[in-house]
Amino acid sequence: MPEFTDLLFFVFAGLTLLFGFLCVANPLSRNPVTSAMFLVLTIISMAGLFVLLHAFFLAAVQILVYAGAVMVVFLFVIMLLDLKEEARRKLNRVALTAGVLAVSGLAAILVRAVTAARPAALALKAGPLAEGDTAPLGRILFQSYLLPFEILSILLLVAMVGVILLSKKDLR
Amino acid sequence: MTKVVDRKPLSFYERTYVPALWEGLKVTARHFKRSVQGHNTAKELGEGYYPEVPWRVSEGYRGAPYLVRDQDGHTKCVSCQLCEFVCPPKAIRITPPGPDGPPADRPNAEKMPREFEINMLRCIFCGLCQEVCPEEAIFLEDHYSLTGLTREEMVFDKERLLKLGGVHAGTQKWKNKLEEAAAQESFPVATH
Amino acid sequence: MFETLFSDPTVQFIAFSTVKILVVFGVVMTFVAYAVLVERKVSAFIQDRVGPNRTAPPFVMKIPVIGPFLVRCGIFQPMADGLKFILKEDFTPDYVRKVYFWLAPAIAVIPAFLTLAVIPFGSQLSAGPGAQKMVIADLNVGILYTFGIVSLGVYGIVLAGWSSNSKYPFLGGIRSSAQMISYELAMGMSVVAVFLVVGDLNLGKIVRFQAEHGWMILYQPVAFLLFLVSAFAETNRLPFDMPESESELVGGYHTEYSSMKFALFFLGEYANMIASSAMMVTLFLGGWSLPFLGEPAGSLWGGLLHLGIFVAKMLVMLVVFIWVRWMLPRFRYDQLMDLGWRRFIPLALANIVVTALVLALVDGWGKGT
Repeated sequence: MPEFTDLLFFVFAGLTLLFGFLCVANPLSRNPVTSAMFLVLTIISMAGLFVLLHAFFLAAVQILVYAGAVMVVFLFVIMLLDLKEEARRKLNRVALTAGVLAVSGLAAILVRAVTAARPAALALKAGPLAEGDTAPLGRILFQSYLLPFEILSILLLVAMVGVILLSKKDLR
Repeated sequence: MTKVVDRKPLSFYERTYVPALWEGLKVTARHFKRSVQGHNTAKELGEGYYPEVPWRVSEGYRGAPYLVRDQDGHTKCVSCQLCEFVCPPKAIRITPPGPDGPPADRPNAEKMPREFEINMLRCIFCGLCQEVCPEEAIFLEDHYSLTGLTREEMVFDKERLLKLGGVHAGTQKWKNKLEEAAAQESFPVATH
Repeated sequence: MFETLFSDPTVQFIAFSTVKILVVFGVVMTFVAYAVLVERKVSAFIQDRVGPNRTAPPFVMKIPVIGPFLVRCGIFQPMADGLKFILKEDFTPDYVRKVYFWLAPAIAVIPAFLTLAVIPFGSQLSAGPGAQKMVIADLNVGILYTFGIVSLGVYGIVLAGWSSNSKYPFLGGIRSSAQMISYELAMGMSVVAVFLVVGDLNLGKIVRFQAEHGWMILYQPVAFLLFLVSAFAETNRLPFDMPESESELVGGYHTEYSSMKFALFFLGEYANMIASSAMMVTLFLGGWSLPFLGEPAGSLWGGLLHLGIFVAKMLVMLVVFIWVRWMLPRFRYDQLMDLGWRRFIPLALANIVVTALVLALVDGWGKGT
């Protein structure tokens, strides 16, 4: 039933946008924890979009890594901080303009990319991934994109070493 | 005299927790097996379980504080209010007879309380009232199951306290307290 | 009319799924109630006590022989407990953050039930092409789904701790978020070795592999131990019940909760226990198969037998959960973290490397590609 999946796409896309908006500019609450929780909801609705694309692995990893691990650490830090000042803070006009500028820049790039792309070629290329199984994904990652993948891993390793270095108080 | 216990370093096998876990499982499994086979401590001691068989109160148990009467059935309390002052949670409230109140019901006392209330919901059963009482009129007895349906019900008045307290014959006035005080003095406190 | 409607595969799918969901939910809820009773009875027996042995409606004692026996077993205790939870005053303290305070118990309970969706409880109920698989959602990434959902379970506890706005729940919430993130890593890594051997993430296929080649615990004993211990930590059971540790944090994250909201946390804990027992049975103990009973069922009775085998294995794991509770004292918090990060994660990594090496070097071992 194609109509049903289309409808679901609009539902999830709408939810993603709504939760994203509530995350950055919630008219009801300026509490950082609320924002973090809306970010979690945004991530989960994005996972829904991945499922619609049959990318089950990505959907599961999205929830597992971002909603389940990264955001919990976020929440952990937010809870330990003093929230009252943040909750009372008014919208900063400079920050608002900068934000709008950045977002419109990104949107311009996105529109340009979408219009430039040829849907037929994309669909052909994405063919083998459509089943959403892990084996083809792994093959693509470790064969076609091995170098970028390894570079990313080294980047993560560097970040980790950096954190250990920074958190160590007495360097010898 | 300190005894130094020598602690042997644990071997690698011991540090994996495995032997400790195994021993622990064995102990708990043994107890479980015994219980399933029908052993239980209460049966082996020839007793039953609480609601049917009342709990055996041990010597020196501090239950609820009650007022006691002397051998002639007279109120021992003389309304000195020391217990009221010493009571940490302020559970005791005494109404003294005042200048024209009823006289004491025993001959060698000047007065007795017009009203004596203990709020059992406030009481912490510390026993300070018993310790401070010069007349040996209040005792922590072995009553451990205090229940009530309302808060008012749990405020025990004089009549009820006297009825529950029973009779303690022979007042020694300050004699026992003196002995206790002497014992405190001579107690081997750390000397320099 | 009805038959034409029912011959549509979508309608069939929806109908069968609904039935499966309802049955699983009902069965698990019953299990939760009686897991509490089993916990109380087993703990009583281990400590030489008798456990709940009185609660019963008045007419039961009149039934000869069976009546008093049932009462002595405490069969009616869960019903009384449930009734009590419903009837108690639902107290919301004045100083809490209301929205999250109300949301948290629900968030704590839902993931536990969602996990059960991918567990293959049995093979199938009849032979042939139209046979229904005994799993609610036969996902290709089943185990990843489980981990994703389990990782969301932290939010219930963390939000409960934070929204209660008082110190003991807060400490409990903080401890739980650190503990659960740490042990999720060890748990996830221990499972990777299993996938290396099987070569698939689908839980149904993992069970099939075990039915054909023998239980995974024989191939991966280290992974099983790691998973078992991590499961204790993930479900907040002793010796890792740091988030609620009664003796130091009063009640931990649910200190301020009462009535049904507290009951939801309670339910969530036991549902989690059931879910992780089911997971362990699926991954390591051969799921619905027995060494001599590996074929998918060809008849209704065979299918029910497989269901029974699965449930029996799950109950054994549940009793292990309860048994261990009465044996070990609580870990100290730093020792818990030390165990997770400095013992389990390296061990799990070493296990992955060794498994991969064996798979690469020895031909014909495991499925490979």
